[in-house]
Amino acid sequence: MKNLLALLLLLSLSFGVAASEGIELQTANIDLSNNASLQRGAKHFVTYCLGCHSIKHIRYLRIALDTDVDQKKMLKDIAPEGASIYDQLHSAMNKHDSEKWFGTQPPDLSLIARSRGADWLYSYLKSYYIDPKSPRGVNNLIFKDTAMPNPLWQLQGEQHAEHKKNIWGDEYTNLVMKEPGTLSTGEFDIFVNDLVNFLVYVGEPVQLERQRIGKYVIFYILMFLVVAYLLKKEYWKKIH
Amino acid sequence: MKPSRITECNEWILARFPLTKLWNEHMTHYYAPKNFNFWYFFGSLALLVLVNQILTGIFLTMNYKPDAKLAFDSVEYIMRDVNWGWLIRYMHSTGSSAFFIVVYLHMFRGLLYGSFKHPRELVWIFGMLLFVALMAEAFMGYLLPWGQMSYWGAQVIISLFSAIPVIGDDLSLWVRGDYVVSDATLNRFFAFHVIAVPLALVMLVFLHIVALHEVGSNNPDGIEIKDSKDPWGHPVDGIPFHPYYTVKDLVGVGVFMLFFATVIFYMPEMGGYFLEHANFIPADPMKTPEHIAPVWYFTPFYAILRAIPDKFAGVIGMGGAIVVLFLLPWLDRSPVKSIRYRGGIYKKALLLFVISFLALGYLGTQPATPTATIFARIFTAIYFGFFLLMPLYTRWEKTKPVPKRLTPVHSLEEQLPALIEEITVLKPASTEIGHNAFKGSSFTRQPNPEGIRNVISRFVKKAIGSLD
Amino acid sequence: MNNKGVDQSKRQFLTSALTVVGAVGTGYLAVPFLAQMQPSAKAMAAGAPVEVDISKMEPGQLIRVAWRGKPVWILNRTPQVLETLKTLDSELRDPLSQESIQPESSKNPARSIKPEVFVAVGLCTHLGCSPTFRPEIAPTDLGDKWHGGFFCPCHGSWFDLAGRVYRGVPAPTNLEIPPYRYITDTQLIIGESAEEASA
Repeated sequence: MKNLLALLLLLSLSFGVAASEGIELQTANIDLSNNASLQRGAKHFVTYCLGCHSIKHIRYLRIALDTDVDQKKMLKDIAPEGASIYDQLHSAMNKHDSEKWFGTQPPDLSLIARSRGADWLYSYLKSYYIDPKSPRGVNNLIFKDTAMPNPLWQLQGEQHAEHKKNIWGDEYTNLVMKEPGTLSTGEFDIFVNDLVNFLVYVGEPVQLERQRIGKYVIFYILMFLVVAYLLKKEYWKKIH
Repeated sequence: MKPSRITECNEWILARFPLTKLWNEHMTHYYAPKNFNFWYFFGSLALLVLVNQILTGIFLTMNYKPDAKLAFDSVEYIMRDVNWGWLIRYMHSTGSSAFFIVVYLHMFRGLLYGSFKHPRELVWIFGMLLFVALMAEAFMGYLLPWGQMSYWGAQVIISLFSAIPVIGDDLSLWVRGDYVVSDATLNRFFAFHVIAVPLALVMLVFLHIVALHEVGSNNPDGIEIKDSKDPWGHPVDGIPFHPYYTVKDLVGVGVFMLFFATVIFYMPEMGGYFLEHANFIPADPMKTPEHIAPVWYFTPFYAILRAIPDKFAGVIGMGGAIVVLFLLPWLDRSPVKSIRYRGGIYKKALLLFVISFLALGYLGTQPATPTATIFARIFTAIYFGFFLLMPLYTRWEKTKPVPKRLTPVHSLEEQLPALIEEITVLKPASTEIGHNAFKGSSFTRQPNPEGIRNVISRFVKKAIGSLD
Repeated sequence: MNNKGVDQSKRQFLTSALTVVGAVGTGYLAVPFLAQMQPSAKAMAAGAPVEVDISKMEPGQLIRVAWRGKPVWILNRTPQVLETLKTLDSELRDPLSQESIQPESSKNPARSIKPEVFVAVGLCTHLGCSPTFRPEIAPTDLGDKWHGGFFCPCHGSWFDLAGRVYRGVPAPTNLEIPPYRYITDTQLIIGESAEEASA
């Protein structure tokens, strides 16, 4: 009986050795308290992404308050021309045109960081490469055959894919920079990191605030617990 | 002396409503066994979580829109634009997972101490009805955010109904109100989730507690405290629920709140188990996500469903896994209630059941590969074996003699000083003052590796030995 | 139950302490729920101030804009209208606007920051209908006593062209003047008062 139990336990533990699916992701450095990074990320988003992708669940006012940007500066430097501080960040592209040009409507990105994860987004934006076989001329290592063109190609430059085999015979792909863009690799990494940082913020703007409040709530509960425990001990002294 | 206004008020109410009688019967003169342990916190905690869900649910309903075009956006509206909406949402989503953790532990207590046995069969039945209602409530609630997982999870589960021969397709159509999960489905699930099932839950909780109070609570020794009464007619091993267990349950509430708050404020998604990643994408009837898995608390039953190769038989199997729990009072033939006095077979069987339940839960979250399916089948067999073989192994097993009175409790609090003595050793500490008179008067406690080894090996031996 | 040796005062103290802690916690817990019912950011955004360009207004013209879901009138008053306003005091219930709602900057006989531009909330102070604009003198349906103003069709209240209510009509007070100020000479912002802006 004991042997059977041991065997079952061992077998169920073997599930821990899960086959790793897909490509290994690069790590993004997310720091939501870094207002400068978030402000840059907001600007990058408005410049390179807002044309097609809305982030309709957030308003300029909220971004200004959370990242400590003066409202007038937000409207002058970051938001597009003519926006009101109360506006949500809608994209200019309409459904009809987008389906004609891309075959699908570019999704709203308000929650993309919560569904895909920061590392995925970071790796995705850095993993475009030239692919003559694809209809758009580019492909992406993280999201194969994506319908999205590379909005950052001028900054990053052009990468080419080299398909290789390692000593165990497994295939893998390396991306090699063939035509450098206007930013160096290090600068581009910071650029993408700022953008992803901003998207993580947009996914849940209240994140920093909730962690801040959490401290006080936990402290209060501990206080409650101590007094409640003392009261319990006092009453239960007589039992047994 | 003329009675005060407040006293007059009280008497006016008491002449028309049995407030004092109810308070006495169910709180101050309800005698509960004095040896309630850790496993006995979860009933009151379940009530607390129910209240939390109802309260936060009401406030969510103020801003949620049960329309397929508006639902997803209304949830994000609550998270961002509504003052404190994010907190109420997280309290509700964490609460729903907390509800199942608490309820599973509460049910497990029943398995440990035989709380389902005579004369408490009806308490168990009401409890099982509560469990079924809770599962329905959670399932319908999960459709409401109208995310990808909400939509496709509902689509998959409702289509199970179509497996039922003859009436299956019509039944699915009737449940959905449409040919696929749609706005019609969302609206009716909203109605059920917000009012119909909560009413049923509250009524069943009332029935569950009344049935319990009629026969009195069970306890970790599994003996009936009403068998030994003092000259005043109170059980000698009983203590009034109020103030003893009200005060003890408050501590339980405090500890629970600590965990609850930690999750809400620091990890509300719980790695994608409490709030699933795919549900942050609006529902798209044209695109199915790669992995559809139900929320974690349904995964054991989902694994059983997938393990059985035939669609209809799988549905029967999944349903059977719940039905068999209803039958527990009649499957268990042991004269002994508590695991403390049962034979080794039940103990090992229960351990196997726990392992298989947890394993099935894990398997339910993973894709159904051939290897995983084999394991799922093995564990499904063990799950059903625990129940279906019970009439045999509980009738014939050798039990230990059951005491007449409750055995003394050695709580962890009491054992702690001795335990600390054992795992640490006093060492003289160096002082800054070099004089001989000061040496040997200050000590520090250092961990004692040998003592720690002894404690661990003793614990392991006891754990393994307890299986006999 | 044996009550000997029970430290009643300690129990009392701890119970009181726990009650206080619990009450404080309940108070703090109630705050999010109650605050949640306050207007959300979306409502605040929808209720945001509205900018109006009056550069192209003709004399005697009325513009209608929406602010916080209510109609707001901007009327270009001619010098004759302003003269007529001075003669009406005896027929009005509150000619000096002592009981009506208006910002400090509009607490003057013409009830506006600049006399030529009249801004008011276009809702009758009786039960909330929107009055009609009747600038003409003595029309047939309203009679000789009508010197130009706003007429509410629901229950017949009369207001002059400074929004002041006449005697003997159902409406109790003058029309409400919303907070507003001039950004430039030809641009108004409704919803922000001159006092707020300079604060």
